[in-house]
This record gives sequence, C-alpha cells and structure tokens, in this order.
Amino acid sequence: MNFDAIIESLPMYATGIGTTLQLLAVSLVAGLLLAMPLGIARASGNVWISRPVWMYTYVIRGTPMLVQLFLIYYGVAQFEWVRLSVLWPLLSSAWFCAVLAFTLNTAAYTAEIVAGAMRAVPYGEVEAANSLGMSKLQVLTRILLPSAVRRALPAYSNEVIMMLHGTALASVVTVMDLTGAAREMNSRTYLPFEAFLTAGACYMLLTFSLVGLFHFAEGRWLQHLAPRKNSSDVRGVVLATAPRI
Amino acid sequence: MSSQEKLRVDGIVKRFGNNEVLKGVSMAANAGDVISIIGSSGSGKSTWLRCMNLLERPHEGSIAINGERLALRRDRDGTLTAADPKALERFRAKLSMVFQHFNLWSHMTVSENVVEAPMQVLGLSKPEALERAEHYLNRVGVWHRKEFYPAHLSGGEAQRVAIARALAMEPDVMLFDEPTSALDPELVGEVLRVMRDLASEGRTMVVVTHEMGFAREVSNRVVFLHQGRIEEQGDPRVVLSTPTSERLQQFLSGSLK
Repeated sequence: MNFDAIIESLPMYATGIGTTLQLLAVSLVAGLLLAMPLGIARASGNVWISRPVWMYTYVIRGTPMLVQLFLIYYGVAQFEWVRLSVLWPLLSSAWFCAVLAFTLNTAAYTAEIVAGAMRAVPYGEVEAANSLGMSKLQVLTRILLPSAVRRALPAYSNEVIMMLHGTALASVVTVMDLTGAAREMNSRTYLPFEAFLTAGACYMLLTFSLVGLFHFAEGRWLQHLAPRKNSSDVRGVVLATAPRI
Repeated sequence: MSSQEKLRVDGIVKRFGNNEVLKGVSMAANAGDVISIIGSSGSGKSTWLRCMNLLERPHEGSIAINGERLALRRDRDGTLTAADPKALERFRAKLSMVFQHFNLWSHMTVSENVVEAPMQVLGLSKPEALERAEHYLNRVGVWHRKEFYPAHLSGGEAQRVAIARALAMEPDVMLFDEPTSALDPELVGEVLRVMRDLASEGRTMVVVTHEMGFAREVSNRVVFLHQGRIEEQGDPRVVLSTPTSERLQQFLSGSLK
C-alpha cells in the first residue's frame, strides 16, 4: 500500500467529490421536480394521462443508464441539425449530458415511487376528505401528496444512494468526478488498487452520510407509522423493544 | 322541536352491474331527527347512506339539503353526478360523515385532523379552527390525545376523533356509517355514549347501525331496509317491539341471538 501516493492525490479526490455531489444534487433536484407531476399523472385513473408516463418510465427503466448517457453524449451529436442548433453548446458539454441522462433516469424511477406511494394511501382517507367537502386539488395537496411523500421516503433514500453510485458513469464521458479522479490517479501513478480503493472509501463515506440524513428524516416524518413511544401506554413500548423471534 | 326539513333523498336507485341494490328508496329527515337505518348485510343500507353525499353515485334519484336540491347530471356510465363540483363541495360541507373504519388522516395528529377541513373548506383561520377543535375534542373526551397520531389511538378514541372532525364542520346533518362495527365490544359503549349526547343536543343524524339498543333508545325513527326497499319504518318502540312484516320479525329474532 502506497499511502504517500494516496495522500498526494487527496486534493484531486476532494475536487472529484465536489463534482460528484454537484452532479448528484443537480440531477436529484431536477429529477424530483419532473417526478412529482409525472408521478401524479402516473397514478391518475385516466389512461390518457397515465399511459404516456408509463411508457416513459418503462423505456428508461428498461435500459441501462450508461446506454442512455452514450445516446445523449455521442448519439445525438451524429445529426448535423443538432450540431447547428442553439442547444449545441449544452449538448456538447459532457457535464450537461451526464446531468441530463441522470435527471431523466431518476425522474422515471422517482415517478414510479411517488405513484406507488400515492396508491398506498388508504382510499378511506380520500373518501373522508371528499365527504367533508374538500376539492380535488385540496385532497391532492393536503391529503394524498403529504401522506404519499412520507411513505415514499424509504424507497426514495434507496434511489438517492443508487444515483450517487450511478454518477460514477459520468467519468466515462470525461467528467472529472470522484471516479474520474481515481482514473486520473491510476494513469499517473500506475497504482490502480490504491486509486480505486480511495474512491470506494469516499463513496462509502458519502453513502453513509446520506443514509444518516434519511434516517433522521424518517424519524421526523414517519413517526405516525412507527410504534408509539414515550407515553403511558406500555403496549407501544413493548412492541418497540420486543426482540425479534 | 321544529319540523324544518333538513335532508331529503328521493327515489334512490343504485345498481352494481346487473344487481339492483337500491330500488327507489326515499327518506326525509327533519331538524332534530335521529333516524336509524337497520337491515341485514347486503340490504343496501350503507350504499344508500353513501348515495346521500354522493360518495356512491346513484342511477336515479335526487338529494336535497335544507330544501335546496343538488343539481345532478348523468355521467357516461349512466350514474348521476353533481352538475357542478363546487356545489357538491358546498353540499358535502353541510353533511359530515363518520365512517366504519374512522378514515382519519394517518399523517396528521388528532388536532390537525380536526382543524383541516374547517380551515380548507370553511376558510376558518388557524386560531378559530383550533378553538373549534379544542371544543369538540373536549366534547367527545379525547382532547388529551391531541398530539397523537391516529395509529396510536384505541379504536374507540379514533372513532371519537372522527366524530369531532365531523362536528367541527358544524354540519346540518351527520351521517354515521356503522360507526361501532369495527370496534371491540368494550369500546362500543364510549362511542354510543357520545352519539347519544349528540342526539340529545337536537342534532340531525342518520345512522346505519347494527346496535338495536341504540336504534330503540336514541333514535326517533327506524327504517328497516330489505333487498333494496324499505320494508318497514316508524317509531322504534313500536316497530322494534311489534314488527308487522315477517322480514323484520326474522331479522329481529336473528339479532337477539
């Protein structure tokens, strides 16, 4: 193990972590913004609304993200009208293509998570809202979505971790993210084990930080589904601490 | 008690596929009436109640509250639906419902459950809605649970919260859909006590129930539904002690077992 080489390369890894987090944050935010309306449409009873979204998520989820990235970065550039269009400065940037591919990808998965969580809200809760005179929009924004978004947290935390690992693909199209930094160190020092082990350790650190963040969020927003604690009722406490048999 | 008409449903017909579960049933509730709808399961009593606030869309019939008829139009599947969604929302705001399975909003605390509709539907400010919530939660005896989530309540507490949620709308008529059927026997009493208090306050209530004691002692009219028709109705002390129809005699002897 050559620790000196690792320590020497650490500044490069730090920059890589910055790029990775940037890729992750931008694509997660954009993906979530897309996924909310898509998820609502996907859960709609109207097939003219839900079917197109189903098609979109079917195609995206049915193909590897690397293939999607190659299509956007290499494939689209094949057409002259694309190269001549106003979008070319964007589409010729590896960083933008990576973010676009990641966004489309996470939007599809997250839309399915949102739609699934909306379907999991007990129908009686919607009926109760209807019966008290709430409008369709109020039922959606006050009952369905708040309940669904909370329910979706555990599945979404998985999606975020998968996306963090997925951003490693950006290095394939020359983006200097965390994996890019490892490849760079490897080509400079011919120490592949040290190079990629360092990258792996960094990813693991990031993963566990995210897991901790979601754990905190679930504790805060999923109390209503957890067994009762800190009350005079002993039953809840016993349930919470009972050993698994 | 005034004889002002609060709720009127006329000629409700409802089919599920080829099965006609309601064959043109009508009812009128005057102010202060407590009407118990009884009948064996499958008689259509819950469906009838759910037609009254259009949670279930009937094929024929009309509904009116305070003499004001809700305009209906025929949908493509042949059922009737409100001509104007806004009018339906206003209609439902005057007609709160309590469900068999409580249907509390699981992601909201008890007090959030109760302030939600008054704020969203009636446009009350938060302090006004909280004041109402405190009043009605105290009224049904669960104010001390205000910070709890529904999953952490007993069935009897949950149903009393649901009643407070319905009361907070200060509705003209309250509909109860088998409010004690999902409760453990020892919890039925606490809910029935609350309902008895509401009845004695002069609230107009329509109650689908299996509790013959409640039907006999609290309601002033009992309606016996059989195979989608009203078989017999009237003063519970008369109807339940000396039933004239054979069906009701059978039903009552069965329910006394």
